[in-house]
Amino acid sequence: MFDPRPIKLTVNGRAIEAVVDSRMNLADFLRRDLKLTGTHLGCEHGVCGACTILVDGASARGCLMLAVQADGHAITTIEGVASADGTLHRVQEALSRHHGLQCGYCTPGVVMTLLELDQDREGRALSEDEIREALSGNLCRCTGYQGIVDAAMELFGSQHSSQT
Amino acid sequence: MKAPAFTYHAPTQLKDALQLLADLPNARVLAGGQSLMPMLNLRVAGPDHLIDLGHIEELKALQSVEGGVLTGSMCTQRRVERSPEVGEICPLLRDAIRHVGHQQTRNRGTIGGSVSHLDPGAELPVAAAALNATITIASLRGERIVPFSDFAQGYLTSCLEPDEIVKQILWPKAPKGAGTAFLEFNRRPADFAVVSVATQIVLEDDGTIAQSSLALGGVQGAPLVLDISGLSGARTVHEGFGEDLLRGLDCDGDELYPAEFRLEIASVLIGRALSKALAQARSVAHV
Repeated sequence: MFDPRPIKLTVNGRAIEAVVDSRMNLADFLRRDLKLTGTHLGCEHGVCGACTILVDGASARGCLMLAVQADGHAITTIEGVASADGTLHRVQEALSRHHGLQCGYCTPGVVMTLLELDQDREGRALSEDEIREALSGNLCRCTGYQGIVDAAMELFGSQHSSQT
Repeated sequence: MKAPAFTYHAPTQLKDALQLLADLPNARVLAGGQSLMPMLNLRVAGPDHLIDLGHIEELKALQSVEGGVLTGSMCTQRRVERSPEVGEICPLLRDAIRHVGHQQTRNRGTIGGSVSHLDPGAELPVAAAALNATITIASLRGERIVPFSDFAQGYLTSCLEPDEIVKQILWPKAPKGAGTAFLEFNRRPADFAVVSVATQIVLEDDGTIAQSSLALGGVQGAPLVLDISGLSGARTVHEGFGEDLLRGLDCDGDELYPAEFRLEIASVLIGRALSKALAQARSVAHV
């Protein structure tokens, strides 16, 4: 390790203490050190959104944040979304129901984005445009997005939205 | 790829950060990391020392002051986006910030980071150019205050000396009766802008244009401020105004978006942006 740094953080509610190399990004730390491999890495420069996680409840790119920058913060990954007994979150249920995933590579990032969107909307119904804009930071090469948008529309959408 | 090795520093005081920056060879400051982290991962940046400004509380301020909105360099884009005050005091900043990246990057991306980085595809430097925002620069040698017109020097290049950082930015308050617009062209919403336009128009009581300013991004290395004072006294913007304005202008291009294409897009966007800002100013003024 070139530049070891001690960090303390919580991940999915669990308190973690670790020593990381300062150049290690947060997504790699989650995957390699904590074995939380649900967070995926695609482009590693902030474009694809596969590594999206929540930092203190706000979405962030896991590849554009150093593990050392997570010191003192609360991280939520896809592993922290379903209930402990394995019951899926309603966002996950909806994606499954609407075939909003195929290979599943982008799905953890999509789920984290939709969780933040649900918080931010504060109960307000969203238009399809708003949902598509929120999802624009998560690339999916399988679904053509329709199933993902349908799932989000079912959960957060206004009834009078345009159907494409 | 992964970031190259560096030594990480996390000062909690601005003076400590400035001391590190002055003392350490090949050091870079890390703001929100939404541009520098990709550059590290792609290994186009390779600092020996990385000075994280994220623990310096005094750089995170967001406050309304007499002259406008003051953003500390480490104030996140998301905070500015969510501030109702910013929209009232400096509507062009609000208009621009909605186009910056995605919410996942705006949550961490900072105002000072974007303005300092001066990416031609970024929105905040173009808004800063149109408003000629005031930049406060700090180093151990003291502080200096420069207008954005002196700050931006060219492609990814500011007037910052190696031992200096941006401390804060003053976004001027929009005069009464101002209308604003920020428009950009890109292949998908939230991508980097190929060409962007920021404009602010202020009307006289009689509905004619009193003041106007306009800046273009994506046409030259640094945001380009165009002189549109010829619109003073006018009530409308004539068809082809953008085309006339850009005639003979030097424009950078690349294989994907050649110069002629960028200029064509810019001329259309200028027309649309001016019409939008004018309509908005009218609706505010009820004239």
